[in-house]
Amino acid sequence: MEIKQLYREIVNEHNLHPSHKRNLDNPTMVLQGINPSCGDDINLQLKVKDGIIEDAAFNGSGCAISQASTDMMIDLIIGQTKEEALKLAGTFMGMIKGETTEEEIEVLDEAAALQDISHMPARVKCAVLGWRTMRQMVEELNRQEVKDADVTAAGSSECGAGPCGVK
Amino acid sequence: MNRLIEQYRRDFPILQGNDVIYFDNAATSQRPVQVMEAMRVFNDTCNANPLRGLYAWSVEATEAYERAREAVADFIGAAHAREIIFTRNTTESMNLVAYSYGLSVCRPGDEIVITVMEHHSNILPWQMVARQTGAKLVYMEPLADGTLTDEEIESKITSKAKIVSVGHVSNVMGVTNPIRKIADAAHAQGAVMVVDGAQSTPHMPVNVRELGADFYAFSGHKMMGPMGIGVLYGREDLLEAMPPFLTGGEMIEYVTRESATYAELPHKFEAGTVNAMGAVGLEAAIKYMKKVGFDLIMSQEELLTKRLMAALKEIPEVTVYGSSDPTRHCGIVTFNIEGCHPHDVSSVLDTEHVDIRAGHHCAQPLMKFMGVGSTARASLYFYNTEEEVDRFAEKVSKVRGWLGYGN
Repeated sequence: MEIKQLYREIVNEHNLHPSHKRNLDNPTMVLQGINPSCGDDINLQLKVKDGIIEDAAFNGSGCAISQASTDMMIDLIIGQTKEEALKLAGTFMGMIKGETTEEEIEVLDEAAALQDISHMPARVKCAVLGWRTMRQMVEELNRQEVKDADVTAAGSSECGAGPCGVK
Repeated sequence: MNRLIEQYRRDFPILQGNDVIYFDNAATSQRPVQVMEAMRVFNDTCNANPLRGLYAWSVEATEAYERAREAVADFIGAAHAREIIFTRNTTESMNLVAYSYGLSVCRPGDEIVITVMEHHSNILPWQMVARQTGAKLVYMEPLADGTLTDEEIESKITSKAKIVSVGHVSNVMGVTNPIRKIADAAHAQGAVMVVDGAQSTPHMPVNVRELGADFYAFSGHKMMGPMGIGVLYGREDLLEAMPPFLTGGEMIEYVTRESATYAELPHKFEAGTVNAMGAVGLEAAIKYMKKVGFDLIMSQEELLTKRLMAALKEIPEVTVYGSSDPTRHCGIVTFNIEGCHPHDVSSVLDTEHVDIRAGHHCAQPLMKFMGVGSTARASLYFYNTEEEVDRFAEKVSKVRGWLGYGN
C-alpha cells in the first residue's frame, strides 16, 4: 500500500480520532515509551486482572504512525490474556520485519495494514513503539507474579509450562 | 530559470531525468561530474599509497594529495598548507580539537563556551572535555530570530573561558553568527576560537584569518565533494603544541620499542593511510565552486529562499522558525505544519518525490530551546530552481489534507 493511502485508510482515523487516548482510573501498570530520535512519546496504561488485560489506554504525542499503531494495538489486546497479548506482539514485530505470511497476520486485523512499514526502515520504530512498550509491561508483570508466587506459595504450577519464566 | 544555473545544473547527473525535488542540501549536497572525473583520473592514473612508496605512482599520489591541501588552504585563507589537516568530516575535526587541544588545556573551573544552537558534534566533544577535566560548559542563548546579542556574548565569555566554539551557520535556524565579534571577545579573554563551518563553507566565502578562527572545521560532502573527507584548519602554533589525536602509521618520525617522535605538521594528525582520492575530489569541488562563484551561489540561494518563505507564508498552518528575513537563512528554512508531525510530513512528501529532513537535526538542545519536539527542514543549494520551490510549496499546502485534516 502506498503510504498516502495507508494514512488515508487507516492511520489518519486512529491518529486524529483515537478510541483509547484517555487515562485509566486504576491502572495496574503505567509505562512511558519513547523514541528519543523522533520525539515520539507515549504513556501506556494497562489494567490486568487474573491474567487478563481488562482495559488499556494511552496518552502522549508523536507522529501519526506511532499514535495510530498504539491505538490499534489497544483495540486488539483488550480482553486478551497476557500471553495472547505477547503472542500478538510477536506477530506484529514479525510482520514489521517481513517474516510473516498473510495468514499469520490476519489476527492483527486493522494493524496488519502497517505491514508495508517493513519497507520504510525510518518508520519502523514509530510503528513498534506501542507494542514494544506493552511487551515490556507484560514481561515485567510476569516477573512480579513469579516473584510473588515464590514468596507466597512455592510450588504453584500456574507458570509451569507457560512462557513466563524469570529471564 | 537563470541560464547559468540551468547550465550548471546539467553537471549533476542525479538531478537529470526525474522530478525529485532535493531540498536536503544541508545534510549532504549533490556532486557534479567534474568531481567524479577528478577522482576517476586519480584512480586510473596514480592510485597508490601516498607519502610512503618510492616509486612513481606513489609519488604522484602524494603530489595529488598535497595539491589538494594547498587548494584547501588557499580556499579558506590559511597562512600555510601545513595548517590544513584532512579528517573524515566536521565531526572528526571537532573531536580532534576536543581530545587533542581541549583535554590538554582545560583545568577545573575553566569554561568552554558554546551556543544552544550547536549541532551535536559541537556539543558532545565539549561535554566529554568538561567531564574529564572539571571544566564547565557554558551556553550562549540567541533571541528567537537566532541573533546572538553583544550583551550575551560579553556576559558569557569571561576570563574563565579557555575555549569558545560556535557554529558559523546554524543548521536549523540558518542564521550566520557574528564569528569575528565572538572571536574578538574570546581572544580578549585569552581563549581560543573554534568554528564549526559545516554549514557556511558551502555557501559563502570564508577567510579563517579574517574571521579570527583559531580552529575551523568543515566537511567535503556538504560542498559537492565526496563523503569521508573533511578538514580541520588549525593555527600553526596551536597545532605544533598539541599531542597527536590518533597514533599509528604515517604520523611518526622515528619509533623505538618504547617511544616515538612524531612527524611534522600536518602529518602528525593524519595517522594511517589517508583518503587521498577524497582529497582530490574535494579539490575538484573547490575548483567547481570557484567556477560557479559565490556571487551566483549566494544570489540564487537568496532568490530561492525569498520565494520559498513568501510561499510558505501563504499557507496559514505553516510556521517558519528563525528570522523573518530570508537573507538571514543561508538557504535553510525550518518549519512545522500545524497538527502534523514532521516525520509524517516527510513521509508523505517522499511519495511526491520531495526530499527534506525531519526530526531534531542533531540539535536537541536547540529544539528544546525553541519549544518544539522536532521540525521539518528544507535546505537549498544554488542548483535548485524557482520551479522546484513553487512545486514544493504547492505540495506542502496539501500535506494537511493527506494527513486527514479538513476532508
